Amino acid sequence: MELLVASAIGILTASGLYLVLRLRTFPVIMGTSLLTYAVNVFLFASGRLTVGAPPILTDAARYTDPLPQALVLTAIVISFGMTAVVVMIALGAYLGGNDDHVDDLIPASDAEDRT
Amino acid sequence: MIHWLILPIVLPAFLAPFIVLAARYHITIQRVFSLFGAVALIAVGLGLSVEAASGEVMLYRLSDWAAPFGIVLVGDRLSTLMVTLTAVLALFVLLYVIGSKWDERGRHFHALFQFQLMGIMGAFLTGDLFNLFVFFEVLLIASYGLMIHAGGTVRLRAGVQYVLYNLLGSTLFLFALGAIYAETGTLNMADLAQRVALIDLGETVGIRIAAVLLLMVFAIKAALVPLHFWLPSSYAEAPGPVAALFAIMTKVGAYAIIRVYTLIFPPELAATADLHTTWLLPAALLSLALGMVGVLAAKQLDRLVAFSVIGSMGMVMVAIALFTPEGIAAALYYIVHSTLAAGALFLICDLARAGRANLDLTAQPQVAGARLTSAMFFVAAIAMVGVPPLSGFVGKLLIMDAAVQNPYMVWIWAVILGASLLSLVGFGRAGSTLFWKARAVPVDEDAEPTAAPGVLCYVGVGGLLALLVAHTLLAGPATAYATAISKQLFGPERYLTTVLETPGKLSDGKEEDH
Repeated sequence: MELLVASAIGILTASGLYLVLRLRTFPVIMGTSLLTYAVNVFLFASGRLTVGAPPILTDAARYTDPLPQALVLTAIVISFGMTAVVVMIALGAYLGGNDDHVDDLIPASDAEDRT
Repeated sequence: MIHWLILPIVLPAFLAPFIVLAARYHITIQRVFSLFGAVALIAVGLGLSVEAASGEVMLYRLSDWAAPFGIVLVGDRLSTLMVTLTAVLALFVLLYVIGSKWDERGRHFHALFQFQLMGIMGAFLTGDLFNLFVFFEVLLIASYGLMIHAGGTVRLRAGVQYVLYNLLGSTLFLFALGAIYAETGTLNMADLAQRVALIDLGETVGIRIAAVLLLMVFAIKAALVPLHFWLPSSYAEAPGPVAALFAIMTKVGAYAIIRVYTLIFPPELAATADLHTTWLLPAALLSLALGMVGVLAAKQLDRLVAFSVIGSMGMVMVAIALFTPEGIAAALYYIVHSTLAAGALFLICDLARAGRANLDLTAQPQVAGARLTSAMFFVAAIAMVGVPPLSGFVGKLLIMDAAVQNPYMVWIWAVILGASLLSLVGFGRAGSTLFWKARAVPVDEDAEPTAAPGVLCYVGVGGLLALLVAHTLLAGPATAYATAISKQLFGPERYLTTVLETPGKLSDGKEEDH
């Protein structure tokens, strides 16, 4: 299971980074979403992987660390909200400028210098 | 337990929804409550500072859960100083906002402003790393709203960059926190400080990675080269007063570096001992140099000021990277100075924008109220560049003095002095083009004369400049207090015992061993 979780985190991070480097709003937002999924799984794994044990202290010897679950919950809510905000702002910028590049426009004065 | 300590967070947290829900269509009521909030925050901040000045560490346990199980707020000299500084900056920015009517150009300015204050105050006061992340997000999400206040395509584009960059920064922060939790099993700063020191030197791989990741996250916040790319566009395109408030946001990164790397990963910790000299110092020198080259190369006044912020953060980081008590004390003196100077400069940018088509550094007809605006620019530029007689000079002198013992002293002095010369030329050229040569440009007779900015605008800028003068005149007491702060940071025993040994729920003898 360690291999499965570790490779899932790795693949999600790699694909996320690739998409972020595409520099167009849609792939970049998809990329940041993948990155947040990766980090959520990573946070989950930071409390060690335990299968079929309750996240609470009981008389039983085995239990799951409950703290990472609380951390993941917070992280999910925050990343969800942030993604919604960036989608709205990116939509506004795209509709206003008819251009969905993330990087800076070349200022008119510089463009003249280059031609 | 002192309940005052949570007031800087709770007060804006209550004012913001009140402003949205009850005073939505009444701009006057919004202004009154927003101003009241800022004044009350200054009062609370000053009160807490007086309390902390004796060296006492105040502790607030949320729901009375004992650390490290519950979240704690900790008020020591450093955090109360930063709280007071934020509140003071916020008051003058608000005065400017009201004077220039920026808050009428879009909705919910004051509510977002209060949420922003809540996030910044929380980040300064919290004693828990995950809570620090949450407050970072609070201040960021409010700043997204403020940054695109009043809209416009150019501003929205800059906003997209800003939000995406910070989203990536937050993801990195979570990776760092996950790594720290996996290695130590705690996220309370005081508890971490004790547990990190116990880690066997052969098994420090995980914690070293976490330390570097965390440094990168805070470096993004502090706009340290090469992680500074989000700053120039977003600060230049944000509304002037919002950029002025953002002057404190880069300092949140600097504060977090000071806090985490004196408490959890102190310079004498073997595992992360080389981090400061290997990575932080070169990056800081590079930021300083690049920022001031940017000042020289900028074609618009707002970009010029944004690059000077990068340069001054580089200066702060050089002082922090020395990681000596003298270095941190100099950094703290400079942080106060650079926050006030950058705030004033962004406000002056906005003043200069009034009546001009753009902020390009070309000679254009003189704007209304140019005489006073240019005088203020002159004072603020002197402060930012760091030539006598204002506090930038004193701060720079302190930093250079602290660097004398450092093996890289030649490099540090050379970069600081060279960068100062560059910024002097850059600011001098900008000021003379914008304000001096404008007198020679004939005024278009047909153009309608623009009204001079309101009195409150000048009160806002003038207040910040007056504080800069006070910071210079009272440099003696200010450096004494900065030295006291750094002494407390390098002797954290009282912090640790206060946080970990104050009894609360769960620690009354019935505590189970995990």
